[in-house]
Amino acid sequence: MKVLTREAVWEALAEVPDPEIPVVSVVDLGLVHTVELDGELLRVELLPTFVGCPALELIRRSVTDRLAGMAQRVEVEMTFAVPWTSDRITPDGHRKLRQSGFAPPGPAGAGDARPLFATIAMRPTATCPWCGSADTTLENLFGPTLCRTMFWCNRCRQPFEQFKAV
Amino acid sequence: MTTGDPAATGDPRTTGGPAATAPRAPEALGGPGGALLAPPVNQALGELLLAMADDEFVIGYWDSEWTGIAPVLEEDVAFASLAQDEIGHAQALYQLLADLEGGDPDELAYGRAPEGYRHARLLDHPRTDWAFSVARRFLYDTADAARLDALAASAYQPLAGVVAKMRREEAYHLLHMHAWVERLATGGQEPRARLVAAMERLWPDALCVLDGIEGDDLLAEAGVLAEPMAAVRRRWLAGLAPELARLGLPAPPAAQTGACRGPGRSDDFRWLWEQFTMVRRSDPEAVW
Repeated sequence: MKVLTREAVWEALAEVPDPEIPVVSVVDLGLVHTVELDGELLRVELLPTFVGCPALELIRRSVTDRLAGMAQRVEVEMTFAVPWTSDRITPDGHRKLRQSGFAPPGPAGAGDARPLFATIAMRPTATCPWCGSADTTLENLFGPTLCRTMFWCNRCRQPFEQFKAV
Repeated sequence: MTTGDPAATGDPRTTGGPAATAPRAPEALGGPGGALLAPPVNQALGELLLAMADDEFVIGYWDSEWTGIAPVLEEDVAFASLAQDEIGHAQALYQLLADLEGGDPDELAYGRAPEGYRHARLLDHPRTDWAFSVARRFLYDTADAARLDALAASAYQPLAGVVAKMRREEAYHLLHMHAWVERLATGGQEPRARLVAAMERLWPDALCVLDGIEGDDLLAEAGVLAEPMAAVRRRWLAGLAPELARLGLPAPPAAQTGACRGPGRSDDFRWLWEQFTMVRRSDPEAVW
């Protein structure tokens, strides 16, 4: 029988699409926190993108279904052990987002040291994924899902969405 | 309970800065590898988690009342997202409470009588008009931000993890509500008058968001909370003061009196409770 490797698990995880933005996988989004192989047990920990994201259980189930059968026992859990941030999205993830008309998030940074109130001075910006122009206007901080912000491109006169920097 | 001194007179450069860390590095509590909590600390933490969860849960339900009837379509989307974030935060906090004390998060959220909720009385008001909802959200979000700052380095590991996520999301709430407060405050006579009236009415109740937690001093000693709630409240008000002065908006009263977190509840909250428990009460044993 073929011995299961961590590489094989990561390859399988790379095939699980995000349910809301299916062009990117859970690996592209940096949702996979740990992969542990311990004899018969394969254990994967995932990081929630947003605390209130309604897709979390769906993501957990899709990952469980994809890994089913790879080990005697498969456990998939969500954890808040480290916060997911949009900085975890891979360069590949950025490229795929841009190709499908989403502006990737700017750097989120540590975001933990300063008082939260200081963020009222924050001014989100985005580069148009269609024409590459930086001449864009924020239309709405909130969009069709919790992880998206809406912009308008002043050059090509198109609306577009940005994955939030969090 | 009576709040003595909001004292928003401190220098914001020192009092409005990052929440003071506990003087000594506190022992890690809870979670894998963390120490157990002493019973009085455990009880105070339960109080804090329930109060925070109920705050987020109830404001989330009030704000969802705007879905479909907000002033513009973008605001429909925004307020629905804010509400969804808050109910998600409540879910995570009810789960932490269930992990701490046992019980079921859904039962905590939906299974209590109205008198059993511990949200601040700021959230006993109905949504009223748009300026009122904006004023309430702004006061709530800025107070909640100060509370989350004071929990960012919490010794209670499971809470620190959830708070780290919440803080990143709440940054968008603050940015959004601040933009609305500025728009109404500078947007002509009627919006300004409505905003000012709402803030004057809400201020005493807003002070309750950072009050009414039994044993907050014990939480501060154990490093669960960076400092007692009275100090968190001073930090909040000191940070807010320059912005209120710039926009010419009402300053907080020197004190508030009366119970902050029930058990007496308004008829408006009882109406909301009827709404959000309606489906569950129709068949409490249903499996979803």
